[in-house]
Amino acid sequence: MSKPLLGLILGGVLGVLDGLTAWFTPEVRDQMVGIVIGSTFKGLIAGVAIGFFARKYQSLSMGILFGLLIGGFLAFLVAYLQKGYYLEIMLPGSIVGIIVGIATQMYGRTRQAA
Amino acid sequence: MKQLSDKQVRRLIEVIDEPDFSNSHYRIIREIARGGMGTVYLAEDTQLTREVAIKVLNTADQSAEMRQRMRREAEIIARLEHPGIIPVHDVGSLPDGRVFYVMKYVRGKRLDEHIVEAVTLNERLRLFRTACEAVAFAHAHDVVHRDLKPENIMVGPFGEVLVMDWGIAKILGDNEPMGSGGEAARRRGVTEHGTILGTPSYMSPEQALGDLEHVDRTSDVYALGSILYYLLANVAPPVIDDDGRPGGLQLSANRNTPKRLQAICAKAMAWHPADRYADAQSLGADIERYLDGKPVEAYRENVLELAVRWLDRHRFIVLLVLAYLLMRVILILATSR
Repeated sequence: MSKPLLGLILGGVLGVLDGLTAWFTPEVRDQMVGIVIGSTFKGLIAGVAIGFFARKYQSLSMGILFGLLIGGFLAFLVAYLQKGYYLEIMLPGSIVGIIVGIATQMYGRTRQAA
Repeated sequence: MKQLSDKQVRRLIEVIDEPDFSNSHYRIIREIARGGMGTVYLAEDTQLTREVAIKVLNTADQSAEMRQRMRREAEIIARLEHPGIIPVHDVGSLPDGRVFYVMKYVRGKRLDEHIVEAVTLNERLRLFRTACEAVAFAHAHDVVHRDLKPENIMVGPFGEVLVMDWGIAKILGDNEPMGSGGEAARRRGVTEHGTILGTPSYMSPEQALGDLEHVDRTSDVYALGSILYYLLANVAPPVIDDDGRPGGLQLSANRNTPKRLQAICAKAMAWHPADRYADAQSLGADIERYLDGKPVEAYRENVLELAVRWLDRHRFIVLLVLAYLLMRVILILATSR
């Protein structure tokens, strides 16, 4: 499995799980579908970006840093549009980025030399 | 007349056997090993100033057939240019007519000696897989080794694996196979049907029964399976008894041996050649799949075993996801107060 594909799958799975946890916040339960879709989409974008980064740069620390930044940034955008819940959205989003960053650095196939 | 002692007789034989390389650019340093057909010496190549190993035909085996066999052995090894097979540098004849060939001198230990040093299972399997690659290369060139055993596999100081002693190797489809275990065959220069070749614990049933017409790549696969057995159980497999039946594999009694490896070993050591892996490449590929945590050809997993293997293979990612979920639970509990 290539690193971008691994990032895409892992980012998507974690995005879905991330979105589903909104159920535990009663005030936003009525927006669950939109949150899950948005969260999954965010995870997919972050995952594929982190995967491409991992394919280009083989460095665990760089991967973690990039994952943190991209995950945190995308989560910030979502929280900004939501006009609130910064901690609840940005903290998990950043951690998803870190996890995908670690996973794509350690696993997944790098591009074959021509 | 004074009788010579055994020691004196041995010394005399040694002196007679000592090869004369005075007119060559090789200088004998010492004897390394003595086998049925030839003796291997450590020597110095004075032109290239490097150490080499020289195999010289024994004085007692100086028939034209044996000389031809020795040359063919050198030719077969020379044909197999592979990092896992010792390269031959030179071949020639001594002034007394004995044939010799010069090969790379390998520093290292035999596989059976190497694994005494508490080598882990995965390390053993990696060494085994590398040996399979060398044998697979020979199989691809229609050469069958016919005497694979731990003593014929060398492990170098950098972990390189070399398959040695191609003395009784056979070219498939060639009517003049190499080496022989019987005097009649030696005289005729061929290996007759009914001649037993190989080492008892590691030879295939067809070899044990002397059915040389059916000795092919799968016979080497059986020997490799026996080596795998040795690496897993630390003992050689039981010798095939007089009736030709195997003494029974005791690997299943060892609970530490994973079932998938037991199955690979059993498939390689199947009684009927058709039930074995087709060649060393297929066996090596299954070992590779085992090492990579993938399903192996020799074993059909149930759902539970499949799940355990998947979790084991993706342990790190699973742990990361679990850590993430734990963090989410903590976050939810913290913010809900």
